[in-house]
Amino acid sequence: MADTPLQAASPDAKEAHVPSLFEVLGGLARKAIAGVQDYSILSLRSLTNLAAGPRYMPDAMEQMDIIGVGSLPIVLLTGFFIGAVMVLQTGSQFTRFGQTALTGDVVAIALVRELGPTITGLLVAGRCSSGIASELGSMLVTEQVDAMRAMGTDPSRKLVTPRVLATLLMLPLLTALADFIGLLGGCVVSVFTLRLDAYQFWTRAIDALEFADLMQGLSKPVFFGFILATVGCYKGLSVRGGTQGVGRATTQAVVVSSVLIIAADFFLTKISLFLADKVF
Amino acid sequence: MSSHGTNAAVVSLEAVHIGFEEGEVLRGVSFSVPPRQTLVLLGESGTGKTLTLKLAAGLLRPDSGHVRVLGQTVSEMREEELLEFRRHIGFVFQEGALFDSMSVADNVAYRLREDGLPEEEIEPRVRETLRFVELEHALEMLPSELSGGMRRRVAIARALVNRPPVVLYDSPTAGLDPMTAQTIITLILRLRDVYGVTALLATHRLQDGFALANFRFDPESRRVFPLAAGNGGAAAPGEAAGTRFLVYRDGLVYFSGGPEEIVASRDPYLRRFLV
Ligand SMILES: Nc1ncnc2c1ncn2[C@@H]1O[C@H](COP(=O)(O)OP(=O)(O)OP(=O)(O)O)[C@@H](O)[C@H]1O
Ligand SMILES: [Mg+2]
Repeated sequence: MADTPLQAASPDAKEAHVPSLFEVLGGLARKAIAGVQDYSILSLRSLTNLAAGPRYMPDAMEQMDIIGVGSLPIVLLTGFFIGAVMVLQTGSQFTRFGQTALTGDVVAIALVRELGPTITGLLVAGRCSSGIASELGSMLVTEQVDAMRAMGTDPSRKLVTPRVLATLLMLPLLTALADFIGLLGGCVVSVFTLRLDAYQFWTRAIDALEFADLMQGLSKPVFFGFILATVGCYKGLSVRGGTQGVGRATTQAVVVSSVLIIAADFFLTKISLFLADKVF
Repeated sequence: MSSHGTNAAVVSLEAVHIGFEEGEVLRGVSFSVPPRQTLVLLGESGTGKTLTLKLAAGLLRPDSGHVRVLGQTVSEMREEELLEFRRHIGFVFQEGALFDSMSVADNVAYRLREDGLPEEEIEPRVRETLRFVELEHALEMLPSELSGGMRRRVAIARALVNRPPVVLYDSPTAGLDPMTAQTIITLILRLRDVYGVTALLATHRLQDGFALANFRFDPESRRVFPLAAGNGGAAAPGEAAGTRFLVYRDGLVYFSGGPEEIVASRDPYLRRFLV
């Protein structure tokens, strides 16, 4: 927004007012509540937009390419090493009891249920939540978002929904690949360090997994994707204060979405375990 | 302020107030623009010119007061209705606000694509519009490859591609050298005299307004003619209504009138814009 040094010199400038602690806290609380409210509206709109009206599918495809294909290298590389390190850590414990064959079970369950979804979620949050926030933030400060509105486009349809949809669909796929590559990494390490048979590792790993584990492992990323995309969009579209504000929004998007992903993971695990108990 | 018939006004603001945390910026602004008139909005930086244009396009809502455009009360419409309604309004943003990841052609075609026009209809219209702003050769360039003046011209092309009856220009000459500024003003002049648009033009420079008030573009001979002899002198009476001036100061309308009144004025605040 235009900074106006002239205004500071205006004669009826407000006299300095030192706010009390109560006022400061009240102001902060009000801001926080308004923020949560705006975020909720934006997230809800991102989904309800799909029900009718212009849908901008080409934009969604482009985002799938950027978010899905673009994140592939880091997700695969990280997945491989996570699987590998899991074997190193658990293997050394199992050798003490002479139960190295169990490594496959443990790695599979830990990866599919927990590490695959969260690590992928966090990686993509770091890469895409920030990317979305900085892209939308720059568009906002250069008035491109207003220009869109001025030309009759709803930014929540053109900008938010394609990104949310793309992330929502891509994250489970990325997670599945990360799980697979993680198991591969685990397999390689167990063959070389634990002298396990590769075939045995795979059969044990696959046998250990139950349907409920897969459900848990592939439903979590849907939520994580929704969180990281909506947080990125919200932070980007609520930038204040020019380029510096864009930088701030970018950092905040990563921090907030990462924390929310971890917190959501706890509750999703709780729900999944409950469902696995009752339903499956 | 204005004695023009309010019913016939294309754009009108009534007692509009808008403010932010830092304080009120517009403190009761009223004016109206009749059809085919160009209202030149003057004021120092931060007096709320951009805000006024955004209010007129419904991009912002006033805290109180009414904004009417083309017979609709913009200040009370829902965003969905506004999205549809804004197709009648062309908005040229202060810094152009071009979509920087799209080529010039795609920027100009944006609105036509939104309207779902077939590609074979879009392409000639984009070309024609870019020819109007003399940028046909820049079709495939990206906004970052253009000069400031070219960017403004693309922004104007983008705003007028679907021939809106109302165009809002936000400081189209700000930050340009005098020659380029002149080209832009000539372009606005041509738009007015070829298509007969109603316009609001925010600017810091009084001479932009004078150029619009004192010159006319003749579509037949494709040339610009002065309306009256004398530098910045009174325009022919019939044409004088075509351009009016509104000066903001401290959130209020400080002056409203024709070009001759502003020239005759000895007011030091008004004279500041003459440089
Ligand atoms: N979104 C906003 N949030 C807070 N303050 C704002 C916002 N938009 C505008 N303002 C304030 O409103 C005032 C008027 O802004 P506006 O952009 O309309 O000025 P202007 O007349 O167009 O100035 P310039 O000639 O520099 O473009 C400024 O003081 C600005 O700080
Ligand atoms: Mg401005």
